[in-house]
Amino acid sequence: MDSFKPKFFATSTKGENAELLVDLNSEYRDRRKDAVKRVIANMTVGKDVSSLFPQVVKNMQTEDLEMKKLVYLYLMNYAKSNPDLVILAVNTFVKDTDHVNPLIRALAIRTMGCIRVDKILDHLCEPLRKCLGDDNPYVRKTAAICVAKLWDLDQERAIENGFVTMLQDLISDSTPMVVANAVTALAEMQESSATKDVFVVNVAIMNKMLAALNECTEWGQIAILTSLAEYKPLDSKEAENICERVVPRLQHANGSVVLSAIRVIMMYMRYIKSEEFIKGLIKKMSPPLVTLLASAPEVQYVSLRNINLILQKRPDILQNDVRVFFCKYNDPPYVKREKLEIMIKLCNEKNIDQLLSELKEYASEVDVDFVRKAVHAIGRCAIMIDEASERCVNVLLDLINTKVNYVVQEAIIVIKDIFRKYPKRYEAIIPTLCQNLDSLDEPEAKGSLIWIIGEYAERIENADELIENFLETFLEENSQVQLQLLTATVKLFLKKPSQSQEIVHRVLQTATQEIDNPDTRDRAYVYWRLLSTDPQAAKAVVLSEKPPISAESSSNRISPGLMDELINNISTLASVYHKPPTAFMGNKAFSADAVRKAAVADARDEEQITGETMDSPSGGAPAAKNAMADLLDLDFGSSEPAYTSPPISSSKPVSNNGPNYSADLFDMSADMPSNTGVFGGMNNMGGMSGMGGMGGMGGMGGMGGMGGMGGMGGMGGMSNPPAQHPAPAADPFGNLGTFGAPPQQQKPATTQSSTVNDLLDLF
Amino acid sequence: MASAVSAIFILDLKGKVLISRNYRGDIPMSAVEKFLPLVLEAEEDSQAPAPCFTDDGINYLYIRHNNLFLLAITRKNSNATTVMLFLHTIAEVLTEYFKELEEESIRDNFVIIYELLDEMMDFGYPQTTESKILQEYITQDAYKLEVQVRPPMAVTNAVSWRSEGIRYRKNEVFLDVVESVNLLVNANGNVLRSEILGAVKMKVFLSGMPELRLGLNDKVMFESTGRSPTKGKSIEMEDVKFHQCVRLSKFENDRTISFIPPDGEFDLMTYRLNTQVKPLIWVEALVENYTGSRVEYLIRAKAQFKRRSSANNVEIHIPVPEDADSPKFRSGIGSVQYVPEKSCVIWKIKQFQGGKEFSMRAHFGLPSVKNLEDADKRPPMSIKFEIPYFTTSGIQVRYLKIQERSGYAALPWVRYITQNGDYQMRMPDSIKASKMAPI
Repeated sequence: MDSFKPKFFATSTKGENAELLVDLNSEYRDRRKDAVKRVIANMTVGKDVSSLFPQVVKNMQTEDLEMKKLVYLYLMNYAKSNPDLVILAVNTFVKDTDHVNPLIRALAIRTMGCIRVDKILDHLCEPLRKCLGDDNPYVRKTAAICVAKLWDLDQERAIENGFVTMLQDLISDSTPMVVANAVTALAEMQESSATKDVFVVNVAIMNKMLAALNECTEWGQIAILTSLAEYKPLDSKEAENICERVVPRLQHANGSVVLSAIRVIMMYMRYIKSEEFIKGLIKKMSPPLVTLLASAPEVQYVSLRNINLILQKRPDILQNDVRVFFCKYNDPPYVKREKLEIMIKLCNEKNIDQLLSELKEYASEVDVDFVRKAVHAIGRCAIMIDEASERCVNVLLDLINTKVNYVVQEAIIVIKDIFRKYPKRYEAIIPTLCQNLDSLDEPEAKGSLIWIIGEYAERIENADELIENFLETFLEENSQVQLQLLTATVKLFLKKPSQSQEIVHRVLQTATQEIDNPDTRDRAYVYWRLLSTDPQAAKAVVLSEKPPISAESSSNRISPGLMDELINNISTLASVYHKPPTAFMGNKAFSADAVRKAAVADARDEEQITGETMDSPSGGAPAAKNAMADLLDLDFGSSEPAYTSPPISSSKPVSNNGPNYSADLFDMSADMPSNTGVFGGMNNMGGMSGMGGMGGMGGMGGMGGMGGMGGMGGMGGMSNPPAQHPAPAADPFGNLGTFGAPPQQQKPATTQSSTVNDLLDLF
Repeated sequence: MASAVSAIFILDLKGKVLISRNYRGDIPMSAVEKFLPLVLEAEEDSQAPAPCFTDDGINYLYIRHNNLFLLAITRKNSNATTVMLFLHTIAEVLTEYFKELEEESIRDNFVIIYELLDEMMDFGYPQTTESKILQEYITQDAYKLEVQVRPPMAVTNAVSWRSEGIRYRKNEVFLDVVESVNLLVNANGNVLRSEILGAVKMKVFLSGMPELRLGLNDKVMFESTGRSPTKGKSIEMEDVKFHQCVRLSKFENDRTISFIPPDGEFDLMTYRLNTQVKPLIWVEALVENYTGSRVEYLIRAKAQFKRRSSANNVEIHIPVPEDADSPKFRSGIGSVQYVPEKSCVIWKIKQFQGGKEFSMRAHFGLPSVKNLEDADKRPPMSIKFEIPYFTTSGIQVRYLKIQERSGYAALPWVRYITQNGDYQMRMPDSIKASKMAPI
């Protein structure tokens, strides 16, 4: 072979295929073999050699194993493009499945299964039957997989020929590898079977699998463990027994065997009643999980994503191991990110000091993305652990003093959350924050600082100056910042009316007249109206006490329903993405059922987030989606699954930063107490939908905007062109009439009122 | 749940496919064209791209090996751990076949790579991946194939890692107990993490199908049998992982390590200990910065193990600013070298006896114009060393029993060595000094 090497990838001359054609027909074996190799070499670099099909296939009948393999390889690649000619190969295939050498028998049956052409199928069944019963286990294990190949193309044929039954019998085979491949094939067939009766794991099968488990190759063990998880134990005792048989796998060198065993154990734990036993299992699982961190980085990544899940399900695991997740300087960024997530999950009073000094260290690294995440993590620790919040705040102040731009901005964003969690506790640091006013150029950081100024306006002597300062660029700001400025100004006015009457007037006027963004504009109308109707009510609404955000607030928190599904999928892609398999599986054509299921699961998921906290700016959006889902009765017109089409996308005139800003409507406080005089109680309906409703309610109840509401889920109000809004006169407080009657009296017909109520509940 | 993979590709860093194998035909092979653009896109978003992602219903899982990508694509909710490990296994097997896995060796050996890909995976499911067994029936010496090869029994045997009929004139076993110390110390000198990753590596030259039993001073075993170690202490291993030849259920029952070994070299077991041990080599750094014009380092290294042991080939890597120039060194022992391409100073000490302490001074000039962007990069110091005849954990091989039907006597040889793993110490902040003793 070496002597031919240089030729294989020789640059192509005009008639290379013609040349090959001659060589393929040569009377010399060596020459023919060389030609076949060159054909394969051309195939490898992507040249089209399909025209040589008949000549290559002619060389199939040979005793030279290497040559045979090459021709087979060629066949697999080009059978599809020459389906009619494949028949030329069938005879040799069938003959080869009868060859004295088991290697060739297996090779033939393996390749036949890979040629996905109907003509081959007609001739596959007889040889396959023979091979399934072959004396040689190597042939049998290959034939077992071949049944799955046939099944993939033609289920009926596989059933009619009794292959399913034969495969089921192979589970009792004396050779572990045959058992493993039979299990693999059956598991795959079960998944796509309509009747779901191809592979039902009962006690007998379970015992056979357990028996084969000890002697399989590593990959075979994974297949068996995967199918073992399908079994539903009858009682706690049986679950314990199986777990005991599976636990030794935790010592296997192959990390996938370990994770597959952990999956079985995590699933079986649901059936185990003995707390003691569960404790023992958890103790046994921790060290192997830690050891997975010594694998290759890609495997570490998958493991870390799974550890993240397992920790949420069983917070008692790895409790004392936070140090093992400390990042190494040379860890790849994607590993560092996941380690950081887990560190926060493991954070407690005992390890917080250690963790803080570590996070501070990360905040001085060079990777901007990672640094920001580290700073953010400090904020999350502060919110999680009351006792440590002061230490966290001090670390954040240290970081702000570094004056590194992105560190400062991220720190201010998290400090806003800390202020919301511990109102009034850390006012003393406000001056330090305000010193950095000029360095803020990101909307989220700016918005956060403005929120803080508005919230503490009465304590900040020059609050009006600060706000004034920001207002200079009001029109150029991102809508997120505009909304915050609007709210902060109104707060300032309510707290210090004497200083800021002029400012608030100016802002409201600018926002209603010069801004096209319906959110900003409509919010300005709402405030204006509120202030002009009933300043006391305005106070109650705008300055109402907001519920503190809760500790475990990470936006990637997973609902119990989804969690169970993900635990069932430990080690798979679903567990890496933290999404149900239906969310990313190839099938474009979603069944209505799947969409509904996914939407419900997701809604449940979102509910959890919004129910608990509003700390993240996107917090409000999911609620809106949730509401949308309810309103529309899951009737999604598009082929996209529910959760990928946020309702906002259906209304055009919103700003381009998507769902993010909706949470900021009305001061991010979707969860205000119900003592707000004007608008009654509230729940966590989406800010977005609420806004749409308000636009209609406040300004132009009868203007057709409301009409769309029932169907559009609250979007109708928004799609009105701005021109239809009555322009307020110069003095907002004297201009009540323009705005019509108070909202309560404007409630539309009963069919819509429930929707509107929901929407209004926002306030 | 099926873990099947649709196709496997080996690509160069430009995204060009060097070789590929389509296992299931359910994804057009052209899907690979989107792979690199997607990775680059993720990189641009400053998000470090994860090693697996999904796009348009197709999942991409990949690893980097030298200057290659090994990529698997699938439509299903495949077992990601299996796929990642399988890709690494392909890299290992091909490396064993061709010494070096790189673009050239792939071009030169495409025929055999196709054969291997065909044998190692069927319909997207991993099959035989034991390279020693594969080498018995998939060989490069095509010309020798006049005699027809057959699938080795081992492929499907319960003992799938060893073939029968192996013969040696002299039956010998070499056991290497290698412990790597992972250490992370912060700038204040606090040990953040210290762990020992141990491995028992074997070289087996034994005839027939020998039964081996390995005895260690394993605390759990002593406790469960109620005995106490005859001499010395016993150790507690936090987690043990075994080569697939070891009977795991037997270990779970009575902690005996029994197995039929593969032929030749392999890692019998790895273990992990989290005990806080005194760092074997302790390095302290003092960095003084003279208002940005020059910087001086005082490095002190101490060997904190017994006097009768010594560490060999010690290397202490000290990071220095990227734009440092005109280096000057003075050290009590060993040699010091400035490696500008790595922005570090390497202090090499051939032999470092236990209990000793040495120091080294380094002096650099700094350009007057400061590049602010680089200022923040602060890699840690890293230390390399080997200490022979010594294990940090105190693990000991008590016996290795070898039994074979033919009853030959075989000699086990045992060696111990401790070396550095990820052994890192963070640099302290530089202090602004006004004066310092001249070098």
